[in-house]
Amino acid sequence: MARSLKKGPYIHHKLQKKVDVLNQKGRKTVVKTWSRSSMITPEFVGHTFAVHNGNKFIPVYVTENMVGHKLGEFAPTRNFRGHSSKK
Amino acid sequence: MARIAGVDLPKYKKCSIALTYIYGIGRTRALQILDKAEIEPTKKIKDLTDDEITRLRATVSEFTVEGELRSEVQLNIKRLMDIGCYRGIRHRKGLPLRGQRTSTNARTRKGRKKTVAGKKKAPRK
Repeated sequence: MARSLKKGPYIHHKLQKKVDVLNQKGRKTVVKTWSRSSMITPEFVGHTFAVHNGNKFIPVYVTENMVGHKLGEFAPTRNFRGHSSKK
Repeated sequence: MARIAGVDLPKYKKCSIALTYIYGIGRTRALQILDKAEIEPTKKIKDLTDDEITRLRATVSEFTVEGELRSEVQLNIKRLMDIGCYRGIRHRKGLPLRGQRTSTNARTRKGRKKTVAGKKKAPRK
């Protein structure tokens, strides 16, 4: 089920704060985050996030097309390398 | 013979059913269209007057159907693949997108079964 419109998109408050500071200063540094469920808003465009996938941080460069998706969608948690071939 | 949106509609079917032969029109939308064009849904296509066909054509053209709709869907899929999100990756790999199990089943997305030699069958009890 979709989230209530009344609440607006979910963004972790600390992540929001960090991005606001970056935007104010006009600087672009990598923002490390564990908040995979945060929605990407237009303010995020152009920044790079290091999104945790449970093991390590995956760098995600946010483009305009990504707005409306969640950060976690761009950092896969499973890594399937194929089945072992015959010995 | 009624030709609407590049599709030949079957002559001997009721309008509400015949319209569903167009890609992008199902039963619900077919009824909406007929209601708007003021055509009896139970009327067969062959019994339509020229005037009614013109009205039908005009109403159908208000929706995105056939080629236009197909390309729209393809563009949406392409966007998902380009931004490299989870759903895009699943599209690329030809696996289900919405968290279904893939250990068994998921044959619609994965296609016909590929038999792997030497794979053990599940033990029977």
